[in-house]
Amino acid sequence: MTNNLRFKTSKFIDETYRVSFKFNNKTYFGFKGDTLASALLANGIHLVGRSFKYHRPRGIMTSGSEEPNAIIQLHDNSSRTEPNVRATEVEIYEGLVASSQNCWPSVNFDIGGINNLLSPILPAGFYYKTFMWPASFWEKYEYFIRKSAGLGKSPKVADPDIYEHKYIHCDVLVIGAGISGIMAAKMAAKNGFKTLLVDEKSYLGGSSIYDNSEFSKINNQITSSWLEKEINEISKLENLEIKIRTSVAAFHEYNFLLARENLTDHLPINQRENKVRQRLLKIRAKKVITATGSIERPLIFDNNDRPGILLSSAIKKYIDLYGVACGENNILFTNNDTAYETAMSLIQRGIKINAIIDNREQIDSKISYEVEKNNIEIYKGYTVVDTCGYRRINKISIMKLSKDGQTVTGDKTKLNCDCLGVSGGWTPAVHLFTQSGGKLKFREEDQVFIPNVYPSDQISVGSCNGDFGLEEIISNTLSSIKKFLDIDNSEYKTVETISGLNQSKRNIWLLPSDKSIGKTKSFVDYQNDATAKDIKLALREGFRSIEHVKRYTTTGMGTDQGKLGNMHALGIISETAGTKMGEHGTTTFRPPYTPLTFGTIVGRNVGEFFDIFRRTPIHDWHVANNAEFENVGQWKRAWYYPKDNENMHQAVQRESKAARDSAGILDASTLGKIDIQGTDASEFLNRVYTNAWSKLAVGKCRYGLMLNEDGMVYDDGVTTRLGENHYIMTTTTGGAANVLGKLEDYLQTEWPELDVYLSSVTDHYATISVCGPNSKKIVSKVIPDLDLSDEKFPHMSFKNAKIDNIKCRVMRISFTGEHSYEINIQANFGKSVWEKCMEAGKDFNITPYGTETMHLLRAEKGFIIVGQDTDATLTPIDLQMDWIVSKKKYDFIGKRSLYRSDTIREDRKQLVGLLTENPEEVLEEGAQIVADIKKSPIEMLGHVTSSYYSPNLKKSIALGVVKGGKNMLGQKLIIPMENKNINVTVADPVFLDKEGERLNAKL
Amino acid sequence: MFLINCPFCGEREQSEFKAGGEAHIVRPKQPTELSDDEWAEYLFMRKNIKGIQFERWNHVHGCRKWFNMVRDTSNDQIKAVYKMGEKPPVK
Repeated sequence: MTNNLRFKTSKFIDETYRVSFKFNNKTYFGFKGDTLASALLANGIHLVGRSFKYHRPRGIMTSGSEEPNAIIQLHDNSSRTEPNVRATEVEIYEGLVASSQNCWPSVNFDIGGINNLLSPILPAGFYYKTFMWPASFWEKYEYFIRKSAGLGKSPKVADPDIYEHKYIHCDVLVIGAGISGIMAAKMAAKNGFKTLLVDEKSYLGGSSIYDNSEFSKINNQITSSWLEKEINEISKLENLEIKIRTSVAAFHEYNFLLARENLTDHLPINQRENKVRQRLLKIRAKKVITATGSIERPLIFDNNDRPGILLSSAIKKYIDLYGVACGENNILFTNNDTAYETAMSLIQRGIKINAIIDNREQIDSKISYEVEKNNIEIYKGYTVVDTCGYRRINKISIMKLSKDGQTVTGDKTKLNCDCLGVSGGWTPAVHLFTQSGGKLKFREEDQVFIPNVYPSDQISVGSCNGDFGLEEIISNTLSSIKKFLDIDNSEYKTVETISGLNQSKRNIWLLPSDKSIGKTKSFVDYQNDATAKDIKLALREGFRSIEHVKRYTTTGMGTDQGKLGNMHALGIISETAGTKMGEHGTTTFRPPYTPLTFGTIVGRNVGEFFDIFRRTPIHDWHVANNAEFENVGQWKRAWYYPKDNENMHQAVQRESKAARDSAGILDASTLGKIDIQGTDASEFLNRVYTNAWSKLAVGKCRYGLMLNEDGMVYDDGVTTRLGENHYIMTTTTGGAANVLGKLEDYLQTEWPELDVYLSSVTDHYATISVCGPNSKKIVSKVIPDLDLSDEKFPHMSFKNAKIDNIKCRVMRISFTGEHSYEINIQANFGKSVWEKCMEAGKDFNITPYGTETMHLLRAEKGFIIVGQDTDATLTPIDLQMDWIVSKKKYDFIGKRSLYRSDTIREDRKQLVGLLTENPEEVLEEGAQIVADIKKSPIEMLGHVTSSYYSPNLKKSIALGVVKGGKNMLGQKLIIPMENKNINVTVADPVFLDKEGERLNAKL
Repeated sequence: MFLINCPFCGEREQSEFKAGGEAHIVRPKQPTELSDDEWAEYLFMRKNIKGIQFERWNHVHGCRKWFNMVRDTSNDQIKAVYKMGEKPPVK
């Protein structure tokens, strides 16, 4: 620590608690209460990073979340490493490790600095203009551009920290605990409102808490003392919750806000174990009071970005709050009175001020007279035209401003300094207000945007509302809050203020220089290296809207979102284009206000909690029997059961063969099941399915196809009539929720007169499908009382039965083309019945099969899978399923669309079978299908939707959709692949047992 | 995120609801009698108004009931909610 930069009198710094930390591999010391920025400054370090494009040396510029330059990599090379962290917000702790970003080999000597010399040929839009030709080279350019751009490094391993989300409901949310926020919170809480007060800093009171000046007093007390008493009082209020280190990230409509609460980032690493690091608060507030204060504006002049140039208010905060001097030879450069407050703080600590450069000709305030009394030279009506010093400012050049402020006159004077404080007045922090949908208005007299139209029950108070003087802040806050909360008692009798500041300001967006603009580097956006010259270039090239200028120049697009320079960009645009401020739009402030970690956004939804897994009642058996799983929607379905080191292909071939040769068993519990009851249930099914349902007898099952109103296939499944007015519908696994939603929609909105009730019973039943030539023998062993004869229990029928006194429903239906039974039983008995079936099937080599084998078996039969063979562009006619579309029914969902001019086209894509010339060649699903590969461009006829090697047919089979495919039976087509063309023949989509002999065989 | 006053359950977060497009489009009683153009009008044509819009919403993670909403799309203000079959309370 450089002793002459640290003043051990700050009550916010615990001087008895020394903290060591590492920056760029060197160890330094600070005190508890320091931020990384204040600790570095105390060590005389200003240069902390390099700029994005030109790699110019950059120093700490601010003292808060608006920091554009001092963004660092925290926790080098550990799993906790985090890029783009603002050094001004990091509270130091023992063992902190940080380093500079965007520089190599080091921040002091950075190879990329060559870009600064090349800057004349790197104007705005350089990358867009240069790397466009030839277009095919982009992929090569991109690699290098991406490598050289970008700021920090992202972590390579999983984040070890814990994050969480929390909902908060309150009557009043107060954002910002400065003087207005504290007063607002007290008034709200004392009047019975359940109040939440949040502030992004680690302390309450905003900038007033370290305002010890004689020039701003409240009720004849120093501002900070008065405010301390207020804070002390509100911290005891019962219905006021106060959260510090909590930054509101987003303000959405209906007063819904997101805030990030930092819980452990300020603690030494060893004290963070098992604690939640950050919490995302989801706040729903009846009323919102925004008291987010304002951000000091920099000034735009040539070389205004050197290390050692800080906002004047930041210099004041480093002295008054952290007891750190930013330099030993200071110069302040201002266009308003606030820099004189900084001057007074410097004077009180005996820190040297070489000069004050003030844009204004006339300065008339108590505080400026007091500064003058201390023999400090004030250059009135002057401006800085240039600065010197590569890694730290060492000189400035000043010149006299002309009357209109557009040019400079007279001689250039050089002044020495090691720190320059700049103040261009204040910009209300209206970010959250505009995020919420609020409309701004421009106040000409001091050139600020202030809240105008509120979109929800909210109000802005204090300097974020454009009130800058102490008296204005207090009296306006009192009266607005009283009105906003509709309360009589303000809790404040009389509040008298004294302020030595005058609100006069001489606003010049781009300060003139003796050089032509093309020769200057006057930075508007420090982080993205956007200069005034770039903005003027964009205007010259025809960009007008601020949103376009922003994207072209990248102004305001860094991690700081242009908190400092956006106003200047707008000002320069309006000056250059000769338009009014705001006429070309104000940039949109988007959430988050300050960057959020991914951890905070996802909260606990990581790892096994990332998504919901649905497991069938038989899941544990599958796991115990070595199943591989497939995700189907949220379900975990058994995919295949490899035996003795089988790969997937081998397992599927074995399972498929066993199912056709003897017996297979499938867990079909995931199929959607909807219980349908009511006197109009049959009529309802008539309307939702393409085929007729009225004549289906009780105890019978029927396959149904459901369309969208546009005629495209939506879902399919078997529905069983359990009773006169009672059906059970099955849907596809993935479509269950949507089908139920769609049916409810029609029932509630189109056909409310129908007496029909729907309930989802998907999770209530386990479904076990036993298929194959020996399925009958197995089921008869499991349910001996059930008559399985073809006469009593034919295909497509259902029986109630009992297994060990447990009721179950047995359907004789088949998705494999084999004789098969589906046993539906109360879910919690599912596993035991499955085990019974396995036991009963032992002698028949009963083989459990998964979804892959199921898909193969049904493909052999040409049965479609909705969502695999269809994609919401296929009608039943396209699928060659004309047989299921009732000609007699007057109406059903989608009927009218089946004869629209588009749906009756002959050349629509239609489902066909595909057989490869080489029977061993298995097509790739998704592969394109063409007829003529010589034509250019090649006409795409369709694509392969399902493809397998069938062990039962001993050849490759595939389904696909082909334009006009219905009439192409026997035709040769080509599947062009990366390194070969595969010849295929269009075939009937039913490859196996078209006559259904297997299904109806006498067993 | 909106705060939606479900006519059956009261105020709930928007995340419990699903938007269902324009309201008051009645499915034709006799679709087969319609020309292609008339059917297409029902099937595809939807308004996309900047301003007052009548919409269908479903309290999909709540009571599962469909209802109607009047919303100003320019500022997302919800002007009214009302049950299916009821006439809009505002114009």
